[in-house]
Amino acid sequence: MRDTQENIPFAIRQFSPDQLKEALRKMHLIRLFEEGAEESYMRGLIHGTMHLSIGQEASAVATCMELTDADKITSTHRGHGHCIAKGADVGRMFAEFFGKETGYCHGRGGSMHIADVKTGNLGANGIVGGGLPIAVGAALTAKRLGRDDVTICFFGDGANNEGAFHEALNMAAIWKLPVIFVCENNRYGMSTPATYATAVKNIAERAAAYAMPGMTVDGNDFSAVAGALHEAIARARAGDGPSLVENLTYRWRGHSKSDRNRYRTKDEIEEWMSRDPIARFRDELIAHGILDAEGAEAIEAAAKQAVADGVEFARASPAPAITDVTKFVHAEEAA
Amino acid sequence: MNAQTPIAEVQTREMSYAEAIREAMALALQRDPAVVLMGEDIGTYGGAFQVTGDLIDRFGPDRVMDTPISELGGAGVAVGAALTGLKPIFEFQFSDFAALAMEQIVNQAAKLRYMLGGEAQVPVVFRMPSGSGTGAAAQHSQSFEAWFGHVPGLKVVQPSTPAEAKGMLLAALEDPDPVIVFEHKLLYKMKGLVPDGWYTTPIGKAAVVRPGKDLTIVASAIMVHRALDAAARLAKEGIEAEVIDLRTVRPLDHATIIASVKKTGRLLCVYEGVKTLGMGAEISALIAESEAFDYLDAPIQRLGGAEAPIPYNPDLERAAVPQSPDIERVARQLAKGEV
Ligand SMILES: Cc1ncc(C[n+]2csc(CCOP(=O)(O)OP(=O)(O)O)c2C)c(N)n1
Repeated sequence: MRDTQENIPFAIRQFSPDQLKEALRKMHLIRLFEEGAEESYMRGLIHGTMHLSIGQEASAVATCMELTDADKITSTHRGHGHCIAKGADVGRMFAEFFGKETGYCHGRGGSMHIADVKTGNLGANGIVGGGLPIAVGAALTAKRLGRDDVTICFFGDGANNEGAFHEALNMAAIWKLPVIFVCENNRYGMSTPATYATAVKNIAERAAAYAMPGMTVDGNDFSAVAGALHEAIARARAGDGPSLVENLTYRWRGHSKSDRNRYRTKDEIEEWMSRDPIARFRDELIAHGILDAEGAEAIEAAAKQAVADGVEFARASPAPAITDVTKFVHAEEAA
Repeated sequence: MNAQTPIAEVQTREMSYAEAIREAMALALQRDPAVVLMGEDIGTYGGAFQVTGDLIDRFGPDRVMDTPISELGGAGVAVGAALTGLKPIFEFQFSDFAALAMEQIVNQAAKLRYMLGGEAQVPVVFRMPSGSGTGAAAQHSQSFEAWFGHVPGLKVVQPSTPAEAKGMLLAALEDPDPVIVFEHKLLYKMKGLVPDGWYTTPIGKAAVVRPGKDLTIVASAIMVHRALDAAARLAKEGIEAEVIDLRTVRPLDHATIIASVKKTGRLLCVYEGVKTLGMGAEISALIAESEAFDYLDAPIQRLGGAEAPIPYNPDLERAAVPQSPDIERVARQLAKGEV
């Protein structure tokens, strides 16, 4: 006796058609935004470096699916997707990447520090593992002030070997804080495979050391990620404490713009590209009658337009005044 | 030994430096539900130096939170809490252990406002028992004011009296930016008159704690008291040293130092941190770059810590940082034109 509902993926059962279409739009937006950023970088409009999350879109969007602006996230150096998933505007993101005053950080942060405090994004972090204790602090605030918001802490497989990871998970667990640790295991920390650098097979196993649930899911399967987060968020909101979710995924691009890609094979990359999370989610929506092919194309086209408009907004935006170099160091100067 | 004249009209009570800090924290906990104390063994134990004392009994473990022995994580939790609406006062058991938390203090707390273009703030206070003289040797006796003073985004204070300790901690709490309060361990038991109620000692303002005309001695924390002792003895020889209590390392009060040196024409910088690349270098350079340079009648003198970790042996330990007779000797030479 099988309930037919069981054959329907979690996300389709859980979310409205509009929510699902919006999720697909955000996944396209992330992909196209990052391709646009890459192109802008090649054209010299963006300086410094950049870490692209192309291939990891399901992880970002499905993780943030049930969050409101009151819920917080902390993010990593590979944080563009998280920022868009949480609701940021791509125009202001491009403006930040172009170093403009209209950017989210008024040109002081760039790609690696992209944030949008109003939508609850407390910021990307240039320090591997840097956001972990900060997320626990945000969850402490929620608990102390009696708010029911949760904090999602994104980090990579490389970060799970930092001391900050262990200290943060332990404190979150002893104080039963509403925080969910989301490990985006894309297999490599720069060139170092997680299988080499981490003693346990699945990073989620480390949850056992901190007496919290650990789940390893297919990070390219939107529903699998959304389902795991649904459970973890419910647990956090109920006051039952933190969880660790590991999204197994892959970054198609190199670690950053300086990567010569000597540590992985073409075959491996192609194999993962054939598991494109966006195509998979789109096909799933079509298969379940949420969308037809035409509708899917329209969503992608709208995202493309938003990216083009965003680049234009950023290009036309003013640069910060040179004389403002020390503005925002302290509160008084921010006035 | 109290250098400050208490504010007239205000009720004062005699208490120790540690008690004054505790009173400041109690007032803050009472006044603002967003204030939380965090640190290792600050609850029932009362803190390694008994500074938090019985606050856990008065405010409960939700407001006076014992953290695990996790300096990096604990400091980071305080940063995240400050970023989202709490006002944490995080106690390091010894300032030396802040080395484990440099990442969160220097890379996160200090920079977040700037990196985010002013869209967020981090009103966290880090309290750090600092300095030598307790026989705790090299890993429990360091003076890190120059380390943290080098970081834009941080404010660094070093109160030298009970009244200042209370007033500066309350000022640190009111400050929307991260503030590091170095509390000198040898001062915890020192007594002085402390005003009642809520008041603040401004961050960024030095105090002339003894006026004089023959030379300027700039000092902070315990060194203020040693400089005052030296000045009292020199006065018997007719040498009038002006003593400045720096109080804040960052931002440094340029005006007070420059005005004093213009008056006296001679400068001696006294500090407990290692001499090389320390506070004395900064203050000397400040004078060298200012209009006070033309008023100098003698080369600037620096009296800082030895180029060594703090040793265990008590005589070596004393020799490793400036003592009152050292200050007296160098000040005398400086005043007499012998340097
Ligand atoms: C503390 C620290 N160490 C090293 C680096 C350099 N670095 C930046 S990203 C990175 C790899 C991080 O890997 P992972 O956490 O798996 O995230 P991913 O890049 O795979 O998204 C390294 C080594 C850093 N930024 N911070």
